[in-house]
Amino acid sequence: MSKSISEIEDEVVEEFELFDDQMDKYEHIIEMGKKLKPLDAKYMTDDFLVKGCQSKVWLHAYKEGDKVFFEADSNSSITKGIIALLVRVLSGQHPTDIINNPLAFIDRANLRAHLSSQRSNGLTAMIQRIKTYAGAFA
Amino acid sequence: MLTEKLTAPGVFDVEQIRKDFPILHQTVNGKPLIYLDNAATSQKPLAVINTITDYYERYNSNIHRGAHHLAQLATEAYENARKTIAEHINASTKEVNFVRGTTEAVNLVASTYGRKFVKAGDEIIISALEHHSNIVPWQMLCEEKGAALKVIPINEGGEILFDEYLKLLSPKTKIVSIAYVSNALGTINPVKQVITEAHKVGAVVFIDAAQALPHQKVDVKELDCDFLGFSGHKVFAATGIGILYGREILLDTMPPYMGGGEMIKSVTFEKTTYNELPYKFEAGTPHIEGGIALGAAINYINAIGLDNISAYEHQLLEYGTKKLLEIEGLRIVGTAANKSSVLSFLINGIHPYDLGVLLNQQGIAIRTGHHCCQPLMDRFGIEGTCRASLAFYNTFDEIDQLAKAINKAVTILK
Repeated sequence: MSKSISEIEDEVVEEFELFDDQMDKYEHIIEMGKKLKPLDAKYMTDDFLVKGCQSKVWLHAYKEGDKVFFEADSNSSITKGIIALLVRVLSGQHPTDIINNPLAFIDRANLRAHLSSQRSNGLTAMIQRIKTYAGAFA
Repeated sequence: MLTEKLTAPGVFDVEQIRKDFPILHQTVNGKPLIYLDNAATSQKPLAVINTITDYYERYNSNIHRGAHHLAQLATEAYENARKTIAEHINASTKEVNFVRGTTEAVNLVASTYGRKFVKAGDEIIISALEHHSNIVPWQMLCEEKGAALKVIPINEGGEILFDEYLKLLSPKTKIVSIAYVSNALGTINPVKQVITEAHKVGAVVFIDAAQALPHQKVDVKELDCDFLGFSGHKVFAATGIGILYGREILLDTMPPYMGGGEMIKSVTFEKTTYNELPYKFEAGTPHIEGGIALGAAINYINAIGLDNISAYEHQLLEYGTKKLLEIEGLRIVGTAANKSSVLSFLINGIHPYDLGVLLNQQGIAIRTGHHCCQPLMDRFGIEGTCRASLAFYNTFDEIDQLAKAINKAVTILK
């Protein structure tokens, strides 16, 4: 039985509680990006580009059984870390769960200030795109 | 004011100067703020802040109309500021128009002079270095008139190719519009020669001096330019105020830009006669305190001395260039021989955005991205750069801190 969104969220929140220093939080986000499963080059095209980011983010989604899976890449290490975090929480879940999840972990882990203080990182755009994909597969 | 201590020739005490800028004395993310985004906007000295406060506390009033005491004080201060600015750039007060900033200055000239004098088949020349605000208004004009926009190419170092410029010039050239100093790379263009050559074919020249005014002396007579624009906020004054200089004879031939109060002499429903220069282009209640504070900012930099400022910033630039080049994999974008204090750079394998975020975590403000110069970035085949742009209140120690912070960020990112 795979983990639910809220179980994964709890894990993320716990992980980030370990860091006092902001630079360490970023380092952790960047590390997550480095561990992200590589995205097939055929998806790194404008069709899969998430608009609204200063860096490039490509996001691909597919359905297996009744679950939606996400794969992504970015040319920025921090953005790649952020999308890796979203993929970790939301990939492999039911479309309705993805659409309805308010992503409370972002605030619970005190990440919002980092992740969205710079509008250019496109956190909102990434979440929007993930939910749009989920909607299409629902 | 602290600047009084600094008026002796050759005296440049950056620690004293920094005391004039309250905003610099704070911490960001637990680290002392190091502000290196001066090409985006400059910080404000107490001389400017106090001028704005004083205006609202003592003599806020609308100008050029009321006969009452406050209106007289406000009008006098506003017109004195115009005089200060006119003297500073060696123009007459009639030629100094208050606008919102450089962007409005370009748009004003494109919409009035451009609409009146540019026709189908004519040409307008800009350079590959231009900010979007010195591209788009001319594109709009060209589209409307069926004119063509020509672009002076640049070399790898970010310098315009003067021979190519000469080839573009012809009797069809009606306007040449070029930056004095490139905001993205710091290149100082040979604008005097650009102007001389343009005049030989009968074209008028607009100089975008937004990035020049904070760093060097600008003299419109010596340059012999026809139009020149700059923004107050880049020259240590407020946002929302700027200057369009125009040669009087040209401004006289131009139709007004906007209609409204202030720009009229008399209005009936049948016919309106326009006010004389410079009010013809100043419709509506202006940014009064912004104009007055711009005068204060000009007085402030003159008290320090632009020669002192230029010399000090040049040392900072040389030192910064040397320090940054010590960082492995770092290359500087924009290596013109004649350069203002801008350090645009890229590090192998690192996205500028990532570096910007991690420097911010260490209290350092730089700009990342295309710097409103997408065609220029395309020319170099890059999406953007990291840009540290220096002002006279920056220090050698801040450059050391920048280099250290970049190294720390690189360690995390690699």
